[in-house]
Amino acid sequence: MAEEVLRVKDLEVQFKTAEGYLSAVRGISFNLKKGETVCVVGESGCGKSISALSIMGLLPANGRIANGEIWFDGKDLVKLRQDEIQKIRGNDISMIFQEPMTALNPVFTIGFQLCEPLRIHQNLNKTVAAKKAVELLKQVGISEPERRMKQYPHELSGGMRQRVMIAIALACEPKILIADEPTTALDVTIQAQILDLLNELKQKFNTSVIMITHDMGVVAEVADRVIVMYAGEVVEEGDVETIFNDPQHPYTQGLLASVPNVDREQEELTAIPGSMPSLNEKIEGCRFHPRCPFATEKCKLQHPSMTMIGNHKVRCWLKGGQVSDDNINSQRDAL
Amino acid sequence: MSLDAAGQEIVKEMENQLNRNYFLKGIKVLFKQPLALVGFAIILIQIILAVGANWLTAYDPTAQDLSHVNLPIGSEHHWLGTDNYGRDMWSRLIYGARISLIIGFTSVSLGTIAGTILGLLAGYFRVLDGIIMRISDLMFAFPGILLALLIVAILGSSLVNVVIAISIWSVPSCARIVRGNVLTVKKQEYITAMRSLGAGHLRIIFKHILPNSLAPIIVFGAMHMATAILSTSSLSYLGLGADPATPEWGAMISNGQQYMWQAPHLVIIPGIAIALVVFAFNVVGDALRDVLDPNMNIDQL
Repeated sequence: MAEEVLRVKDLEVQFKTAEGYLSAVRGISFNLKKGETVCVVGESGCGKSISALSIMGLLPANGRIANGEIWFDGKDLVKLRQDEIQKIRGNDISMIFQEPMTALNPVFTIGFQLCEPLRIHQNLNKTVAAKKAVELLKQVGISEPERRMKQYPHELSGGMRQRVMIAIALACEPKILIADEPTTALDVTIQAQILDLLNELKQKFNTSVIMITHDMGVVAEVADRVIVMYAGEVVEEGDVETIFNDPQHPYTQGLLASVPNVDREQEELTAIPGSMPSLNEKIEGCRFHPRCPFATEKCKLQHPSMTMIGNHKVRCWLKGGQVSDDNINSQRDAL
Repeated sequence: MSLDAAGQEIVKEMENQLNRNYFLKGIKVLFKQPLALVGFAIILIQIILAVGANWLTAYDPTAQDLSHVNLPIGSEHHWLGTDNYGRDMWSRLIYGARISLIIGFTSVSLGTIAGTILGLLAGYFRVLDGIIMRISDLMFAFPGILLALLIVAILGSSLVNVVIAISIWSVPSCARIVRGNVLTVKKQEYITAMRSLGAGHLRIIFKHILPNSLAPIIVFGAMHMATAILSTSSLSYLGLGADPATPEWGAMISNGQQYMWQAPHLVIIPGIAIALVVFAFNVVGDALRDVLDPNMNIDQL
């Protein structure tokens, strides 16, 4: 069994709004093993990006971690001071963002930006860092790296920029790479290249990857394990085969059914009815019940807990769920 | 060894590229705007006069010659005439150019540096924002020249105190411009990305946000040179800056106005000098804004 590099326990993230603190992430727990790729899937607004930002300690100013622990390398990241977590960011844990267009500073050359993490964490001088940066560019498959070093972000295509972002994120050979929808903004042909590159580099450095996406195609391509999130909670977790072949939660089933499939030509695309509840909506019972086709009376009243089915976890009354003991949810919904 | 050399080469090339691009762009815009070219020429002439004042005239600007008082323009030996104490006007004009340039430059630099630092801090740290911006609001409540008058009145009238007064006065406007720019820049994803790489706050502020805010700072500096030069002259005219013997343009006007009908050149020459220089810095400031504004398509200008 590979060693565990990250353990998130009962993470709860709240945002300060005019109506008081609202929870965007409601007690999620998961772990990440060395060299593993975990995909976090869910609709926009389900809390997946916020979870990633909390691991990095980069929540926006109005957000806070209200509860929970994030264990990395024997340390609880939630309790670390700013300067301590700064040493981890970019060095042990780095992040790739969704928009390669805006994630590079327009006033600096690619070379300068590639050198930054090296100069921050490894204290390399300009010359050595520049040399290493060329190596990094080669590694992410950019041709003529010497010439690219001198170019500005606007001179590169989206795919190239995303490659540069990957090179920057991997500059210090981090143990964990968090990729927040890294391919959403790219052309389909480029998407596949970027995913291949990520897979290849992950194997090379034995990096663990947390991939945040809403694209089931991406999940099928890269994931070892899948975490399905809905409205701030994990509703299902399992390895990629079981999730795709035997999805248990009605939400996961709905997500998979909404992927277009050319073989089923006569069918219309199935969509999950309704939309994601907003943060200030109070929902009693299972958080998915208003949209669930199988919802029973019980689902409307009581919040289910995670149940193990084989090596697969699901949060649903229909699959033998039990009354949730994580009182965070029941307390808040009762308010 | 060779690895280092290769790296050095890359770094140098990176820097060259940066300089070349901005330089070429700048020249191109300048030649497409004749007014800016004129302004640029005036500033250049002022700089030449200011630097070469010692060699460009034979007369000491403060030396009195009571036998040649109020000579008109075009007199022998004194081509711009002399003033009511027989001091050579040409000498006074070019030494005045030196004084206004030095005062303008130092007060704008001091004010801009302080304003930039305060603006960066106010824009980045929410806690400081309230404090710094309320203080600058307080300073905005005073008319600029009144504030300068107040400072000079407290510190006493001298050119050094004029510099201090004008610097203090330019701090809040600069801070406000920079703060506004920081507010937009710090929300950009590349700043979050930099934080995700483990960069500290100070590194982000000074290394990543500051370069993104440089354009408005440079434009502010150029435009403010005009204001600073004008204010120096105003204060001296009011008797609160340079002492009357100093060849300062404002002081020269103040000194000459009682002879305005007998010797109008005593007022007209420094007046024209002030007007030209203020005009020049303003049009150059405008042109700089066009060059540095990333939203403006240079080819369309």
